[in-house]
Parts: sequence; C-alpha cells; structure tokens
Amino acid sequence: MKALLIRDLRLATRAGGGFGLALAFFLIVCTLVPFGVGPEGGTLSRIAPGILWVGALLSCLLSLDRIFALDFEDGSLDLLATAPLPLEGAVAIKALAHWLVTGLPLALSAPVFGLLLHLPGPAYPWLVASLLLGTPALSMLGAFGAAVTVGLRRGGLLLSLLVLPLYVPTLIFGAEAVRRGAAGADPMTALVFLAAITLATLALAPFAAAAALRVNLR
Amino acid sequence: MSIWEYANPVKFMRTSGAILPWVVAGAAACTVTGLVWGFLTPEDYKQGATVKIIFLHVPAALMAINIWLMMLVTSLIWLIRRHHVSALAAKAAAPVGAVMTLIALITGAIWGQPMWGTWWEWDPRLTSFLILFLFYLGYMALWEAVENPDSAADLTGVLCLVGSVFALLSRYAVNFWNQGLHQGASLSMAPGERMAAVYRYPLYLTMAGFFLLFLALLLIRTRTEIRRRRLAALLARENRA
Repeated sequence: MKALLIRDLRLATRAGGGFGLALAFFLIVCTLVPFGVGPEGGTLSRIAPGILWVGALLSCLLSLDRIFALDFEDGSLDLLATAPLPLEGAVAIKALAHWLVTGLPLALSAPVFGLLLHLPGPAYPWLVASLLLGTPALSMLGAFGAAVTVGLRRGGLLLSLLVLPLYVPTLIFGAEAVRRGAAGADPMTALVFLAAITLATLALAPFAAAAALRVNLR
Repeated sequence: MSIWEYANPVKFMRTSGAILPWVVAGAAACTVTGLVWGFLTPEDYKQGATVKIIFLHVPAALMAINIWLMMLVTSLIWLIRRHHVSALAAKAAAPVGAVMTLIALITGAIWGQPMWGTWWEWDPRLTSFLILFLFYLGYMALWEAVENPDSAADLTGVLCLVGSVFALLSRYAVNFWNQGLHQGASLSMAPGERMAAVYRYPLYLTMAGFFLLFLALLLIRTRTEIRRRRLAALLARENRA
C-alpha cells in the first residue's frame, strides 16, 4: 500500500501537468471572478466563500480522470486488480494520492486566494478547516466517478456530469461553514456535517469504485 | 407468479403484451377524465385559475421520485440476481422519470410566477428536484456511453445506488442551506389541513392516471429494449455466419 502511494505520488509530481495544474486552475478561477462580477470589495467578500469552494471543487474535478486512466491504458490497473491487495484498498490509496496532490495544496493555499477575493478576516481558519475536512470526500467521490468512466473514450465530459451532482452536499456544508465563519457565527454544525460526509464516503466509496472498476476490467 | 419467471424475456413479452392494452386504456381514461374534471373545478378564492396546475404538478412530482425508487429496486435486482429484464426496465424508466421531473419543475415555475412572483426560487424542494433531474441526466448519459450492455447495466446500477444516497443526502442538505418557500405535503390526512374534496378527488384520479401512464410507457419501452437486444443478437449471429 505504501509502495503504491509513493509510486502514485511520484507519477503525479514528476510526470508533469497533474500537480501544479489544479492550483493554477484555482488561481485562474479566482482571477476571473472579479472580472465577471466587478471589483467592489463588498460584493466580492460576500460571494468569496462560495467562489472559493466552487473553485476548489472544479480544480479537483480537473485531474480526476488521471486517477485511473493512465494505469488503465498501460495495463497496470489489471495488475493491481490481481494483486493480493484488495482493489478497494488500491482505490482508497489512489484517492488518497489524488487528495495529497490536489486537495491538500488547495486547502493550504486557499487563504492566499481568499485575500484576492477580500474574504472577511474571521473566515480564514474556517476556510482551511472546511477544505481540509471536505476535499477528501471530493477525491473519494471523484475516484468513484473515474472508476465508472475509465473504459470510455469520451469519459471526461461524462465524468463531470456524474460527479458534480454528487458534490452538492459537500459544497453546501463546506461553503456554509465558511459563510458562517465570515459572518462571525458558529460554523461547527456545518463542519460536523462535512466531517460526517467525508467519513461516510471514505468508508463506502471505495467499495462502489472497486465494483465499477471490476466491471470495467472484465 | 414471481418476478423471477419474468427474467425469461419470452414470458415477459407474452404477459406484458397481454396486459399492455388494458394499462394504456386505463392510463388514458384516468388521465383524461382527471385532467378534464380538474379543469372544470371552480377557481380557488386565493389562487384563481392557477390552482388547476396542481393536477399536473403533483402527479408528475410524485412519479418523478417514485420512478427513481423503482430504478433503484430494479438495479438492485439486476446487481444481485442478474435479472436481465429488470436491468432493461431500469433503463426504460429513466427517460420517463426525467420528463416527469421536468414537468414538475416547469409547471411549478408556471404556478410560481403569479403566486410567488418568481419563476424560480432556490428553495429546498425546487433545488432537490433540479438535482434529481441532473442525476437522471447522468444516469441516461452513462447508459448511452457504455457499449457492452451488461457492463452498462452494472455501471448504471452502481451509479443508481450511489446516486440514491446522494440524492437523499442533497434533499436534506438543502434544508440546511436555505429556508423553504414551497408548501408542505399536498395531501395531508389531518382533518383540518385536508384539501377540499372538489380538488382532492380529481387529484387522486390524475395521480392514478400518471401512475398507469408510467406503467404503460415502461412496458412499451422495456419491450422495445428487449426487441432491440434480440435484433442485435440476430445481427451478430448473421455476421458470424
């Protein structure tokens, strides 16, 4: 498991494109929004929690198809499926690797993007906390979507259609936590729900994803 | 009489062919009578003529949710017991469900414009219906995208399971996010909240009509899918020969 994790992390960081791309995309989203809605600080700080969460979600989506696609093409996914490690475990590790190269950097760098969008001061810790709690669920659900669409020729577009509705609850609670933090209210309720969703997807999504992978590898 | 007998397509075709005309006739009778009766009901003192939209809106919304539930059950039957007709029934039901969801959304908008003063409001019920519609779209797109029919049935079955969990989760998560404008359940059994009988009976009739309409469409579409499978098998055999 550790070897698989290290291998995936190496591939993601060295094979180009995957690692920095999500962050760059996040930066672009945060740059484009003020052009769209105008530069007034008041408007921006009001919509900042939502924009930051939607941006993080879209950046996560961008690299999802890479979770399984490359391994599917060169056949190493077949080896993983026949390896002693259960496929569920392999899926969980691959989702973890995806989170480490997209979700984690996004969560840690989000305060910088929050500055760009005039996010109110008290919201920063909650922004980082909600992203840290919520993005693992995004990677996990994304791994499920990627597993479903891995064998398809035009899977990319379909992947977003399948995965984005699954992201709705995470987005609601994540953005709500930041919004409440920004308003000075207590965001704990939203954070608890967010943690519950993440834990439930961590527990259940690998089974669904592995089932879909087995179908696609048949 | 068990559902496993109908895993045999020949048996299914024979039975469904025999009952289909009756279901179609029942659907036509109930829907037409219910809608005409509903159209002739007196105007509500507050809502005026727009109250009559309920005879389309409530049955469509009811079916939109129940068709997804039916797809969940048939997907489970397929995943657990490899019941081929069940998988095809799930496939056949999805577009009907999507259209029912769309009807509920559109009639809701047409009613909402004069009553709430807005075509669309990000209300929990409306939003969760929009999300349900997205799930229907994704489900149908996945059926179209996968070539091998058995893999397609498996993948859409798994998607339906995961989607059900998240559709339900979204349904309650949106409550947290925004307060509702939409009224509660339309058919309450509590004496004081009951809808007036002039509206209630035609509504029951259109609900029965929409259910029979769905059943008729489902049978027709499943029969078409079975025939399409047969055709594909015959063509494959021809190409081999």
